[in-house]
Amino acid sequence: MIKVTQLTKKYARTTAVDQISFEVGKGQIVGFLGPNGAGKTTTMRMLTCFLPPTSGTATVAGFDVLEQPLEVKKRIGYLPESPPIYPEMATAEYLRFVGKLKGLSGADLEKRVDYVCGRCAIADVKTKLLGKLSKGYRQRVGLAQAIIHNPDVLILDEPTAGLDPKQINETRDLIKDLAGEHTIILSTHILPEVEQTCEQVIIINKGKLVATDSVRNLQARASGAESVLVEVAGRNASVEPSLVQHRLEQVAGVTRVFCKQQVDSRAVFEVESKKGGFVRGDLARTVVEAGWDLNELRPAAMSLEEVFLQLTGSEAAAPKEETPVEVQA
Amino acid sequence: MRNVWVICQKELRSYFVSPVAYILLIMFGVIFGFFFWNALGTFVFESIQSEMSGRSFPMNLNEWIIRPLLSNVGVIGLFFIPLITMRLFAEEKRTGTIELLATSPVRDLEIILGKWFASVVLYACLLLFTAVNFAFLFKYGHPDWKPLLIGYLGLLLQAGALLAIGTFISTLTKNQIIAGAVTFGVCLLLWVLEWVSGYETATWAKVLAYMAVPTHFESFAKGVLDTKDAVFYLTIIFLGLFFTARSMESLRWRS
Repeated sequence: MIKVTQLTKKYARTTAVDQISFEVGKGQIVGFLGPNGAGKTTTMRMLTCFLPPTSGTATVAGFDVLEQPLEVKKRIGYLPESPPIYPEMATAEYLRFVGKLKGLSGADLEKRVDYVCGRCAIADVKTKLLGKLSKGYRQRVGLAQAIIHNPDVLILDEPTAGLDPKQINETRDLIKDLAGEHTIILSTHILPEVEQTCEQVIIINKGKLVATDSVRNLQARASGAESVLVEVAGRNASVEPSLVQHRLEQVAGVTRVFCKQQVDSRAVFEVESKKGGFVRGDLARTVVEAGWDLNELRPAAMSLEEVFLQLTGSEAAAPKEETPVEVQA
Repeated sequence: MRNVWVICQKELRSYFVSPVAYILLIMFGVIFGFFFWNALGTFVFESIQSEMSGRSFPMNLNEWIIRPLLSNVGVIGLFFIPLITMRLFAEEKRTGTIELLATSPVRDLEIILGKWFASVVLYACLLLFTAVNFAFLFKYGHPDWKPLLIGYLGLLLQAGALLAIGTFISTLTKNQIIAGAVTFGVCLLLWVLEWVSGYETATWAKVLAYMAVPTHFESFAKGVLDTKDAVFYLTIIFLGLFFTARSMESLRWRS
């Protein structure tokens, strides 16, 4: 549906987007991820024909953004970072105006306005002035505006920015809901959002493409090894972390053991093992046979956050809250 | 063409839904009313004098009232035109709604024409206000209506030209005040360019004087439709809108 090859955008001194290539299939919902100033908005603006690329090509539904911008624009619904609303217009009137701009008219237009109002839960503010609406409503009006002409592709620039947690959830649900009918690209710097809503992630940093993959693959790829969190408690007594660590290290397949934290009689260990080596059963048996309690045993899936920081470079990485205490064996 | 109308409608709506249009209308009405009242007063005074001094034929309404007043409307318009055009693009650039227009399947030219046409319509509404005053002349006297009509046509053309310049300047900035101030400066300069012909006869002075906007209105004020002058205004309109289109295009390449 969307095909981007070697797309580049240069400003006077900086290169905002540097030779990015990716493809998005029909019906996919793709998260466009990157720290602030990575070039997300610039890329989206090029896809929506708002900015012309310096070099490279981008096609939407087979139409080139430079050669046939009108055809591309007809097939794209776009929600910029701040919803493009006219404060002096009422909701329904605004939607009618946008609908007309996108080529709708007559009964068709009225039907679509009613439909998107229902879809985005803004029917109750239809006659209110947009300037008087809360941020959450404005955002939804922005979404309604983007889908009014039933476009093949939806491009949403930080659709949840500035919303409260409840509104964020509602917006995410709405986006997921829309995924069936449209191909969606949404940009964000909030990681859980991608984990929750997207199937596919494109990570860019400083204008360069860092990774493009499915959410699950990315997580796996970044960790490389499987790691398991084990919480061990001593029976009626505290456990000696070094002792537990020593025992755990002797389990076949285990490559490394950290003591992550120790509270009272409990201690949490992170156990790394070779990929594909199923060590969990052995770990459990070892702990129990040693006479300790096994409180918890779960896979320590690397969160996308860690993947992201790892991929976008170290200087962007926030200092970790808890440095694992490596215990001498 | 349909898109031009959609944009124009939206612009007119935002003029008339906010106090902007009404304040402009009232101010224009009051100022022109004062001009009209004075012209009428002078006319009555003068005609009584001329009758007492025994002149046989009555003074001509067209020559004494309509012609000078039409020129005055142009001058008042000079102050109002920046107020009309300053928001056209500057506001959309500031609020980001320009992104909506620019990513809709609409041509730049359609957006520009729609906006410019809306400003012309608003100006025409102001002119309509002045027509109320002239209606009194028709009620109590017998002026010739054809020169008046041509005068109005001239006013529209003249304003159209300045509005096109204002539209162009509005694309250059996000700040409405800057757009308004620069438009006023440029229009005022175009207004007084003709002064150079008073002391200089070189070619450059002739060219400058020819560029002056009000000199081309004289024929319209007299009720004469001079193609040369009409073409002058149409050329400025075309150039203004052409530069607006180029500016919008460069906006995309630069921003």
